[in-house]
Amino acid sequence: MNAMMAQPSTQRMMIGSVLLLIVFLAAWQWLPGLFGIPAFIIPPASTVWDEFLHMLANDRLVYHTVITALQVLAGFVLGVILGMVVGFVLGMSQAAEFMLSPYILALQIAPKVAFAPLFVIWFGYTVYPKILVAVLIVFFPVMINVLGAVRAIDPDIVRLARSFTASRFQVFWKVEFPAAMPPFFAGLRIAATLAVIGVVVGELVGGNTGLGYLLTFGEGAGNTAMVFVAIILLTLIGIVLYAVIVAIENRVLHYLPARARKIT
Amino acid sequence: MSAIRLEFRAVTKRFPAQRRGDAPVTAVQNVSFTVADGEVVSIIGPSGCGKSTLLNMGSGLDPATSGEVFVDGERVTRPNEHVAFMLQKDLLLPWRTIRQNVEFGLEIQGRPTADRHRIAEELLVKCRLQDFIHHYPHQLSGGMRQRAALARTLAVDPAVLLMDEPFSALDAQTKMVLQQDLGRTLADTGKTALFITHDLAEAIALSDRVLVMSQRPGTIIEEIKVDIPDRDNPMERRKSPKVGPYVSALMELLHIDQAAA
Ligand SMILES: Nc1ncnc2c1ncn2[C@@H]1O[C@H](COP(=O)(O)OP(=O)(O)OP(=O)(O)O)[C@@H](O)[C@H]1O
Ligand SMILES: [Mg+2]
Repeated sequence: MNAMMAQPSTQRMMIGSVLLLIVFLAAWQWLPGLFGIPAFIIPPASTVWDEFLHMLANDRLVYHTVITALQVLAGFVLGVILGMVVGFVLGMSQAAEFMLSPYILALQIAPKVAFAPLFVIWFGYTVYPKILVAVLIVFFPVMINVLGAVRAIDPDIVRLARSFTASRFQVFWKVEFPAAMPPFFAGLRIAATLAVIGVVVGELVGGNTGLGYLLTFGEGAGNTAMVFVAIILLTLIGIVLYAVIVAIENRVLHYLPARARKIT
Repeated sequence: MSAIRLEFRAVTKRFPAQRRGDAPVTAVQNVSFTVADGEVVSIIGPSGCGKSTLLNMGSGLDPATSGEVFVDGERVTRPNEHVAFMLQKDLLLPWRTIRQNVEFGLEIQGRPTADRHRIAEELLVKCRLQDFIHHYPHQLSGGMRQRAALARTLAVDPAVLLMDEPFSALDAQTKMVLQQDLGRTLADTGKTALFITHDLAEAIALSDRVLVMSQRPGTIIEEIKVDIPDRDNPMERRKSPKVGPYVSALMELLHIDQAAA
């Protein structure tokens, strides 16, 4: 974490994490056997790898992974746009917040994944229920963070802009929008992990595509290694999305002191 | 007599009651004064007497309940390009570099990029921030940030500067340096300024006249002409033997000794 302490020993830390990975993989490979845990409970690393290759060749693994990844991306982007727009509107209009907040609170408390069966009833075994669950689940952290940020702006800054004869749009574009960026990105990080959950739940509930489908398929077939492969790939999708967001955040929020950026 | 830049004409400001049943708060009552071109006028008065309220009306952000405010002979009804204000808080935007912050007002007023850069860089040199043009506010000290805020205020070339305790958050030494900067800059540019402060010595060091306000509802109870040379050099002015008697007179008017007793 502490960049200043890390500087001299970066190389050693790299070696350390590679070693740790090797230890982890070795433990996964041999420890379950040593403790007598059967392969259908925890399949060793090599079995999961073999299953991965097998699925690539026979189960259209790339296709299912791409489907899930695209649904995650679609749900994420739509949810973020929606959350941002609603966050700004509620932040700028007392009346809108007053009227809409009870409904938003109710929706926020409702477990979003419980909507998955409903969406399947509405849209059938298509991509839409999955994307919709992701949109719903991504929406809240983004909306709440943007709303909070707009609320937290020092009114004197807005008055300063207005004293320079700023229009309402200029106040938004030059003050409110940039001021909301740090909490917005904090919301995006949370949303990235939630988007994967939303899509997977959608896939578990219905359909015959995506990694969520492979999860249920593997479960039904008693193929534990297949379930492991699906979990690992889902995690990878989440990691890629998260990494992209962090990379964008570092460019957009480059003005923040380094420490403040790490924490949020 | 030179032209009048800023005029308050029988200005009263009442705020509606916060709770039902309360009487409305009269912050300032029947305030009239003028500030001539190139003049620096300070306002002092007890806390809550309506100094900031006056300034807000001058900037056109809040309307007067009755009476009128004029800048350059034009009635102020909304924010306009003739006035610019500066507060105790620097209000620098953390996502903008110092130069971009100084350009903030110019950008809103739609000035071309080349002009903005030229004006901002000139002012940053004047404010001795030329080495920090591309820094972000968090990389500057409090005094430097306030100098940047002054540059931002001057950048839009306002006819009148409205300042609400701009230096009151600074330590005593930084404050004197900034007062010196301000005194010089105001004299160099011939700007007109209305300056609110609680610091009696500051008011005397910087201004041509000091207006003293009463407790709320605030009105102007006294006008004191500061008859000391070197208005462009507050540092020098502070050393004048005449400062002491002025401070005593102001203390008398504000009943500071009674408040302490
Ligand atoms: N928006 C508002 N709504 C209601 N009352 C207000 C509002 N703004 C100011 N007041 C009241 O008006 C009076 C004058 O306030 P103002 O801020 O102008 O005082 P001030 O002279 O600047 O005080 P200080 O020296 O402490 O800064 C105060 O009693 C304050 O409570
Ligand atoms: Mg005040």
